[in-house]
Amino acid sequence: MNFAGTKVIVIGERDGVASPAIAACVQAAGAEVVLVVTECFV
Amino acid sequence: MIRPALLGASTVLAHTPSLIALGSKPSREIARDGSLYSSLLDHVRDFPRVVGYAPNQAFIGAIHPREMGPRPYFDQLIQGASRYARDGEIMPEQEFFGLMALADRFQLVRLAPSLAISATAALRDHPLAATWELDRLALAAGNVEEALANGATPIYRAGSLAATISPGHPQDSNLNGAILAENLACKASGALALSHLLAHHDFAPASIDYVLGCAEEAVGDRYQRGGGNMGKAIAEMAGCVQASGADVKNFCAAPLPALVVAASLVAAGVFGHVAVVGGGSLAKLGMKFQGHLQHAMPVLEDTLGAVAVLIGPDDGRSPLLRLDCVGHHPVASGAATEAILDSLLVAPLSRLELRLTDIDQFVTELHNPEITEPQGSGNVPERNYRMIAALAIRRGLLARTALESFIATRGLPGFAPTQGHIASAFCYLGHARRALMASQGARRIMLMAKGSLFLGLMTEQSDGMSLLLERNPRLEEKG
Repeated sequence: MNFAGTKVIVIGERDGVASPAIAACVQAAGAEVVLVVTECFV
Repeated sequence: MIRPALLGASTVLAHTPSLIALGSKPSREIARDGSLYSSLLDHVRDFPRVVGYAPNQAFIGAIHPREMGPRPYFDQLIQGASRYARDGEIMPEQEFFGLMALADRFQLVRLAPSLAISATAALRDHPLAATWELDRLALAAGNVEEALANGATPIYRAGSLAATISPGHPQDSNLNGAILAENLACKASGALALSHLLAHHDFAPASIDYVLGCAEEAVGDRYQRGGGNMGKAIAEMAGCVQASGADVKNFCAAPLPALVVAASLVAAGVFGHVAVVGGGSLAKLGMKFQGHLQHAMPVLEDTLGAVAVLIGPDDGRSPLLRLDCVGHHPVASGAATEAILDSLLVAPLSRLELRLTDIDQFVTELHNPEITEPQGSGNVPERNYRMIAALAIRRGLLARTALESFIATRGLPGFAPTQGHIASAFCYLGHARRALMASQGARRIMLMAKGSLFLGLMTEQSDGMSLLLERNPRLEEKG
């Protein structure tokens, strides 16, 4: 998957996939990460 | 080394529907849209419906979580359920307001005279009545309208002003009425759990050497926002006159490091008996209330939860806390789920040459899904168990087809109110102790908790800790 030229907002969840892990993936695919947030819903 | 053991555990709930409006989410939403307050009042539960609620009965140990029956639980109450059970109780609101007034050493809590009288009368009939200085409640009775006019935080019951909490200092935002309400609710519920623990297990209060608080409140003033020592404040209220204390903070994960610290203190011989206590979180009352209103359900986050456990030297029968099987989440593990679970489960078990399939029960965050699902937060324990099962499959310990049975047999249904640290394995310790002491019972139970450190904006990291509880080998020798 190629994210080159895209800006990405990353919203992760502590009990699912946390945002730094998602950000690392999309950055590796060429995205520009503009916001990284991890939420906790409990 | 002294082998540390889990000598007892108690769990209590305080039914506090009048405090829901002070919860963080409801207070913000009601300030935005005042009509929500009447909707909230229309959907609060009365005390019998709270006592008959199967997850609450599981919480206080009357039934095992696997015995809760079909959902929706709120629609299928347990007939004849009691407010008291082997692990603790569900305390009604008027008694709990009396307890909050007793927790207040500075006469900041004021009760309407009628409430002060009824609370005193009810608490005089309580099994733990001798623990409390009930005559002090007369000092809390007073003119609540006057206190409100002077800037106190109001608490309304059935549409009338029932109690107020005055600021501790006019210029200190860390001692305002709302924060003191949170702290006093935490102290009162924590002390109630500790007193039940001592009474149920026949431990003399003076035999406790140290009390570790592990709840969520930051107790302090303007110069030291999280100064702490709820542990010692609770020790005092429970009559543990020889105890000192301290607090362990780690968001929702705090009970696990507190247990490890308590067990380490006992193992090292620093203290003989260490209690770990977590009082309830007022801020989290009604956190998901809008989801409940949208689904025409009762507002289920109407109880404060509190847990107290006692760690002491091996008594030959109580489960052992295996300090050689503690998992932690190092910085290097980062945020990847598999790396975190490796650190928390695989690594500590490997030290004892154990595998995931050698664990009879995994105890994670046991939030009641009936509370979380209507607001879109899903089934938290099931999600955790699915990940543990996936880890076992990935490591070749489990066939893919065995995933559901792994979850059903080694996992647990959620039953805890969404009280963060209380739900994080801590609430299950009464059940865990029984399971590990029962004839033909469990041999190993792994506790695991996670904390959302990133919410404090000091790091993007989360944290977690795990600890193995093991059946006492001397139990078998005794037959």
